[in-house]
Amino acid sequence: MSEQTLKPEQFAKLKKSEHAGELVVRESISAWKDAWIRLKENKLAMLSLVVLLVITLLAITAQYMTPYDYKTNDLANTNLPPNSEHWFGTDSLGRDMFQRTWMGAGISLQVGLYAALVDLALGVIIGGIMGYYGGRVDEVLNRFCEVMYSIPSMLLVILLIVVMEPSMFTIVLALSITGWINMAWIVRGQVMQLKNQEYVLAARTIGASTSRIMFKHLIPNAMGPIIVTLTMTVPSAIFAEAFLSFLGLGVQSPAASLGTLINDALKAMTVYPWRMLFPAVLISLTMLCFNIFGDGLRDALDPKMKK
Amino acid sequence: MSKPLIEVNHLSKFFNLGNNQILKAVNDLNFSIAQGETVGVVGESGCGKSTAGRTMMRLYEPTNGEVLFNGKNIYQMKGAELKQLRRDMQMIFQDPYASLNPRMTVMDIIGEALDVHKLAGSRKERKKKVEQLLELVNLNSAYASRYPHEFSGGQRQRIGIARALAVDPKFIIADEPISALDVSIQAQVVNLLQELQRDMGLTYLFIAHDLSMVKHISDRVAVMYLGKIVELARSEDLYNDPRHPYTRALMSAIPIPDPEVEEKRERIVLGGDLPSPIHLPSGCPFHTRCPMATEKCKVDVPKFLEVKDKHFASCHYA
Ligand SMILES: Nc1ncnc2c1ncn2[C@@H]1O[C@H](COP(=O)(O)OP(=O)(O)O)[C@@H](O)[C@H]1O
Ligand code: SF4
Ligand SMILES: [Mg+2]
Repeated sequence: MSEQTLKPEQFAKLKKSEHAGELVVRESISAWKDAWIRLKENKLAMLSLVVLLVITLLAITAQYMTPYDYKTNDLANTNLPPNSEHWFGTDSLGRDMFQRTWMGAGISLQVGLYAALVDLALGVIIGGIMGYYGGRVDEVLNRFCEVMYSIPSMLLVILLIVVMEPSMFTIVLALSITGWINMAWIVRGQVMQLKNQEYVLAARTIGASTSRIMFKHLIPNAMGPIIVTLTMTVPSAIFAEAFLSFLGLGVQSPAASLGTLINDALKAMTVYPWRMLFPAVLISLTMLCFNIFGDGLRDALDPKMKK
Repeated sequence: MSKPLIEVNHLSKFFNLGNNQILKAVNDLNFSIAQGETVGVVGESGCGKSTAGRTMMRLYEPTNGEVLFNGKNIYQMKGAELKQLRRDMQMIFQDPYASLNPRMTVMDIIGEALDVHKLAGSRKERKKKVEQLLELVNLNSAYASRYPHEFSGGQRQRIGIARALAVDPKFIIADEPISALDVSIQAQVVNLLQELQRDMGLTYLFIAHDLSMVKHISDRVAVMYLGKIVELARSEDLYNDPRHPYTRALMSAIPIPDPEVEEKRERIVLGGDLPSPIHLPSGCPFHTRCPMATEKCKVDVPKFLEVKDKHFASCHYA
């Protein structure tokens, strides 16, 4: 119980001038800008971001940088080491490895990106429904997720790719079959927590529709964990695609991903190690940078979580 | 008294906690609120005040009972009628830090109410209306483009009030609107609420855990204990002649400004903790802590009776 008694004379009306003391004078910043400022202070995360941007840029522009392309065979010049003509050397069919490596990086990044986008769409919708409605709906959907999650996902992926043609579409589809579950659980947890916040209740007292509450109030406030989960999905999809390439289920020649390039190089690794070097370094660097950047992003978006 | 704007009849809200545990947060509430009246609700934290307010707002579906707004049961409203109810009844929340979406600007927080009910024809009109609302609650309209975290608690609470006023409500439930604020700011916000009531003919349900503030602004006060109203009376009657031992205990916690009186008076200190609303005590729910409890109190549930003119209490010895 409060020890304070309020007397009627304390309830005098404030003059306009007295309100001035309460004004906060500061430049207006949103929570996003705030996070960006914190992210910029994290040098390692920013370095990772720059590396990722450079890799992406090269994946797009490398094809214009040398006169070769990724698919023309040149049987007179097979397995060349790096030289001034073929910067990363050539493969067993004499194809330019510089072009193939960057095209592979592009494909790998696309696999990661598309898998993340499908996860985002499915995870947000299904997780949002579970979290918001709760009760029976949540129970049924959650059980379904648990069952899906308990099936070894690689088995499912391999089955699907064997049945369908291996292509980027099939790979993304296969990875997304179980990939969205994690996102759905993250969104579900967030929505469950947020839906009882007073600002959500306030939106309901105003008569806001469920979809308005979902997309204006719940999802924007769950964006931190969602983005962090996405930055973790990208490298794991890239890695999963590389793994499938090892099984011969990756994108099919003459197209290439970093995974198929490494797989090809593996056959002659001891004789022509440089064929392995560039794709392997690139895939490691990409995954490392995504992980560091994701960590930095989490800290920046949610400073309370920082240890 | 004029005809009631709000009538609450046998309203109950139980939470099913699973494992056959039922938490009776609100248990058979009965009272009414006249047009233009302010009814205060007091009681310890956890006695069901917020649940009562939220159920009356139809944020929760009731377990039992009804709430009539202008004679119509709000829980049976649908479609256009429900939409209109969402304009007629509004709520001001306790926590000024949790009640504003941190990702929205003040313009959008207040503007949302206008959008949902299509109360502004154009962006320009929307902006103008939001600015007017901000000025109505004594905030500088130039700050509409800012985010909630840039404001103080008192300012945020005024933004929440402006949001509630945007839809032109008739009845406002204020759930401990000042308990999270500094004492100096509390008076300003209460003052503002009273001013708005005068100017706009609003009806209030004012929830607080502290009797001293409530009696100042309420016409009548309801004292809640374990989900029930144990005493209901006009503010001065309740203050001058509390009939329920629980009300007396709450009252004795308020310091009296006159040191001589303060010295002499008897303080009633409540023993024990608030019993769990899952396992309610038998008989009078207050008997476990009541200094006047007798054997009868452990068995017989006291009725909620009119002990004086318009003064109700539920105690065998009131
Ligand atoms: N959503 C809920 N689910 C289960 N129990 C709840 C819920 N909301 C409130 N309660 C319980 O109901 C009781 C009354 O809570 P509340 O209405 O918040 O009290 P007050 O506002 O008076 O402090 C408390 O015991 C609280 O734990
Ligand atoms: S009925 Fe008995 S226990 Fe209940 S308040 Fe009155 S005296 Fe106390
Ligand atoms: Mg409360």
